[in-house]
Amino acid sequence: MTTPTIVKYEEALTRYEPVLGIETHIELGTNSKMFCGCPTTFGAEPNTQVCPVCLGLPGSLPVTNHAAIEGIIKIGLAFNCEIVEWCRFARKNYFYPDMPKNYQISQYDEPLCVDGHLDIEVEGETYRVEIERVHMEEDTGKSLHVGGATGRIHGADFSLVDYNRAGIPLVEIVTKPITATGDKAPLVARAYATELRELVRSIGVSDVRMEEGSMRCDVNVSLMPRGASEWGTRTETKNVNSLRSVERAVRSEIERQAAVLDAGRRVIQETRHFHEDTGVTTSGRSKEEAQDYRYFPEPDLVPMAPSREWVEELRATLPELPAARRKRVQREWSLSDLELRDVVNAGALDLIEATIAAGADAASARKWWMNELSRRATEQGVELTALPITPDQVARIQAMVVAGELNDKLARKVFEGVLAGEGTPDEVVAARGLKVVSDDGALAAIIDQVIADNAAVADKVRGGKVAAAGALVGAVMKASRGQADAGRARELILEKLGAS
Amino acid sequence: MSAITRDEVAHLARLSRLALGEDELDHLAAQLDQIISAVARVQEVTAEEIPPTSHALPLTNVYRADEVRPSLTPEQALAGAPAAEEQRFRVPRILDEEA
Ligand SMILES: [Zn+2]
Repeated sequence: MTTPTIVKYEEALTRYEPVLGIETHIELGTNSKMFCGCPTTFGAEPNTQVCPVCLGLPGSLPVTNHAAIEGIIKIGLAFNCEIVEWCRFARKNYFYPDMPKNYQISQYDEPLCVDGHLDIEVEGETYRVEIERVHMEEDTGKSLHVGGATGRIHGADFSLVDYNRAGIPLVEIVTKPITATGDKAPLVARAYATELRELVRSIGVSDVRMEEGSMRCDVNVSLMPRGASEWGTRTETKNVNSLRSVERAVRSEIERQAAVLDAGRRVIQETRHFHEDTGVTTSGRSKEEAQDYRYFPEPDLVPMAPSREWVEELRATLPELPAARRKRVQREWSLSDLELRDVVNAGALDLIEATIAAGADAASARKWWMNELSRRATEQGVELTALPITPDQVARIQAMVVAGELNDKLARKVFEGVLAGEGTPDEVVAARGLKVVSDDGALAAIIDQVIADNAAVADKVRGGKVAAAGALVGAVMKASRGQADAGRARELILEKLGAS
Repeated sequence: MSAITRDEVAHLARLSRLALGEDELDHLAAQLDQIISAVARVQEVTAEEIPPTSHALPLTNVYRADEVRPSLTPEQALAGAPAAEEQRFRVPRILDEEA
């Protein structure tokens, strides 16, 4: 059998309609694990955060972490889900060394949160992604595969397992099939993952860092011929660990499946792996049928029956959610849709809002973060949030501009100094001598020199051509290396030339 | 009709990573069939008004506070492992099943 080729994305979309499904795993940021008191610190030395419960030693019993259940209920509410009145954990049996118990505690046919939705925006259009379920489970350990291919021990193939991650609270958010996206499918998938991350981050239950694995996406894709009503066979692509990869994985699966179908073959229902370097997926194991996990109600844990009072208490603790916040900010800051999108994409919303809270006006706060500081972040190849300057400092610099102590040009020098680690804005101003010269005595000397050097222009102003004074103000600014108060300089020039 | 087929026993053995020989499959399939048939007799006394029970105690909502408790030391954790390396459990690799 030959390897199927790729059908170009645009062409594939002329013949096929994609259907998506996205399963997202979120590690909750609790202090302790889901069913035991082990800590959850990321990056700890291997097997230093394990105990009889999370190692599945005989005689140990799990007890549910209250904060984890609070966390998942908050997530469920943020996704507009119904929180069920009664549900159980289920035991998902499988034999693989990443779970020392030989099963994972999860939920099966009784998820804690059901029937939600999340609205997302793609190129100005709103899509509603329906949420099937949000359920609670525990994370697995991490395996390091050694030998064989690496040649470290010839002929030997084994894995080294670290169970620090085993038992960390894990929330799985499952969408209903996402249809009718057409050629926007990859963008819809990415926008969904982006909005999901924002939403979960905003309620403070997880740090949702894809690069550290505290948020992981599995992407299901199937194709059906355009106009058909019956969905095709889907594949599940795992290992999708960045927002960009979510988009690329969907696109690459559409291209691959279209080639398989074009050749008159069938798409195999299987797990596939996404490779960051090549941007393509490769075949993993064939998907085990659900009954092979032999789910049954977890006998070691009692059912959960979250009271309506508790659910409402938790609902009341939810902060303003990202979509509502974006609407408010757009109104308060008078932004166009495009300007708002730029601010959101630059990750500047929190920074600008904090700068305003520290006293700056909205327009100036946005101007500094979106122009000056965004430019410098791009130059340094870092995120805006990673720049060594705080919203308080930006507000302080803007306050000096408002007070007339700095002009924009000098302010930019203060930004430069703060970013270079020269100290606070006030320290940079003092150390670099960056004060606007509005003191009349100091200005007068500069102005006299400028008038003497530009006699012809000065005569025009004396003759009533007030507009010509601009050239003299420019010369004063140049002579003062930008530190003159331009407004005051203009007043003094006109006064001296009898034109005021 | 038997309660469990020989093929089903073979399938379960594979899922459990148990290498059963042909004669063992014959032997166990017959035994399991007897066990399941015996347990199935419970179904004969179930009544409409008795809901399926998964838990013996009528308890719900048992939680612990989100507090860190001491873990084992790595030495303790690995003490019972058949093999360890680099402070990790060393296990045979299961091919073609990347987690
Ligand atoms: Zn533990």
